[in-house]
Amino acid sequence: MEQMLSLFNSYTAQFPTLWLTLKILLLPILPLIIAVAFYTLAERWVIGWMQVRRGPVYIGMGILQPFADTFKLLFKELIIPSQSNLFLFRLAPMLALIPAFAAWAVVPAGEGMVHANVNAGLMYLLAMTSMGVYGIILAGWASNSKYAFLGAMRAAAQVISYEIAMGFALVGVLIASGTLNLSEIVQAQAGNLGIGEWFMWPLFPLFVIYLISGVAETNRAPFDVAEGESEIVAGFHVEYSGSAFAIFFLAEYTNMILVSFLVPLFFMGGWLSPFPQGWGWIGTGGPHWLALKVAIIAFSFLWFRATFPRYRYDQIMRLGWKVFIPITIAWVMVTGVLVYTGVLVPNA
Amino acid sequence: MNAVVRYFKSLLLIELLKGMALTGRYLFAPKYTVRYPEESIPKSNRFRGLHALRRYPNGEERCIACKLCEAVCPALAITIDSEQRADGSRRTTRYEIDLFKCIFCGFCEESCPVDSIVETHVHEYHFEHRGENILSKQKLLALGDRFETEIAAARQQDAAYR
Repeated sequence: MEQMLSLFNSYTAQFPTLWLTLKILLLPILPLIIAVAFYTLAERWVIGWMQVRRGPVYIGMGILQPFADTFKLLFKELIIPSQSNLFLFRLAPMLALIPAFAAWAVVPAGEGMVHANVNAGLMYLLAMTSMGVYGIILAGWASNSKYAFLGAMRAAAQVISYEIAMGFALVGVLIASGTLNLSEIVQAQAGNLGIGEWFMWPLFPLFVIYLISGVAETNRAPFDVAEGESEIVAGFHVEYSGSAFAIFFLAEYTNMILVSFLVPLFFMGGWLSPFPQGWGWIGTGGPHWLALKVAIIAFSFLWFRATFPRYRYDQIMRLGWKVFIPITIAWVMVTGVLVYTGVLVPNA
Repeated sequence: MNAVVRYFKSLLLIELLKGMALTGRYLFAPKYTVRYPEESIPKSNRFRGLHALRRYPNGEERCIACKLCEAVCPALAITIDSEQRADGSRRTTRYEIDLFKCIFCGFCEESCPVDSIVETHVHEYHFEHRGENILSKQKLLALGDRFETEIAAARQQDAAYR
C-alpha cells in the first residue's frame, strides 16, 4: 500500500499536466455529464407529472431514457449547411461548452473542496457565464439561416440585459460579505442563527432577482424566446444535428446546474446547515446540505417551466431594464446603508 | 389606490406563486395516461369496430342479400352480388367491405333486418399486403364465427334499447 502510494505520487509529480487533466475530467466534468443526463430525465418526469402525464416509463422504467437519448444523438449524422461558415460553425459549440465547464473551477462543493480557490472567484464566474453567449451568437451567424440568426440576436440581447441585473445583485453580495472569494462568501453567512444568517433575508430582493435572472441567463422557460418553437423553429441551433446539438444541449443544462449551485452559494449559505451551529451533527455544514439546496433550486427551474407561459419579447426587455435594474440599484444602496450602520457586518 | 395594490401584487409575484401552487398540486395528482398495450380503458358494448357476418345457431348464414346495408352505406364501402340458391332462397355470392372506405358509422348494422352484418368490438388489426383492406364474404363469416359469443353478449346487453 505504502509502495503503491509513493509510486502514485512519483507519477503525479512526473506528469503534472496529465494528472491535472485527469483530475478535471474525473471531478467536475464526468459527474456533470451524468448529472445533465439525469437532469433531463428529471425534467421530463416533473413536467409530465405536473401535466398529469407519466413522463418516460418504458426504457428501464424510464431510468435509462437519457442514455437512449444520448446514444441516438451521438450516432446521428452531423449535417453541415453548404452555405455556412465552416470554421465558425464548428467552433461555436465548443465556445458554448468550454465556459460552461470552465466556470466550475471556482465553485466549492464544501469546505476546502474546490479546484481553484481564487480570490476573484466572483469576477471569474461573471466572466465565464457571459462568455457562453459568444457560442450562441456565432452558432446563429455561422449557420446562415434566418431563424438561427434571429434566435442568436434574441439570446444575445437577453443575456446582456440580464447580466446587468445579475451583476448588481452580486454587488450586493459583495458588499454584505466583503469578499470576492466564493468559499469566504459562504463562510460570511455562518453564524449562530443558522438559516437566519443567510444573505437571502437582508438581500431578499437581490436573491429573487438573481434567481430570475439566472433563469433568463440560461435561456430557460419562461424566458426561452431564443428557442421560440412557434416563431423561429429552434433558435440558434436549428442547423445543428447529432453530436453538435448534443454539445449545445449539454452546455445549456450545465449552465442551469451551475446557476442552481450559485444561488445557494451566494444567498442560501452554501454548504452550511440551516440549523444553528450548536445543534450537534445536524447543525454542522457539509456537501450534503449544498446538494439539498441545489436540488431545490434545480427542481424550481423545472417547476417554472411547467408553470409559466413564455414571456413576450418586449416584456422581457421591460422586466430586465425597467424593473430589475432599478430595484437592484436601490437595494445595493440599502445594503450599503445596512453595512455602514453596522446592521450587517461584512467578514464577520 | 387600486393601481398601488396591483403594483405591489405584481412586485411580490403573488400571481406567479399561485400558479406554482397549482402546478405543485398537480405534481401529486393521479395521472390520466393509460399505458396502452399493457392496460386499456373499458369498452362500450356499442363499440363499432371490425365488421363480421353472423350465422343462425343451425349454421345457416343470416344474410338474405336485401342490400339495405349497401344502400345505406354513406361511404359506399359495401359491394353485394346475389343469386338464387338451389333451395330457392336468395343469398349473396359476393359480400365485400372496403375498410379504407368504411367510416365505422354503424348504419349497416342498424339497417340489417336479420342482424347479419355487425360491427364487433375488435379495433386492433392491421394489413400487411395490398388488397387485404377488402374483407371478403369468407373473411367476414370467419370473423363472425370467431367472435359470435362476444357479439351475442354485446347485443344481449343492448337489447332493451333497440
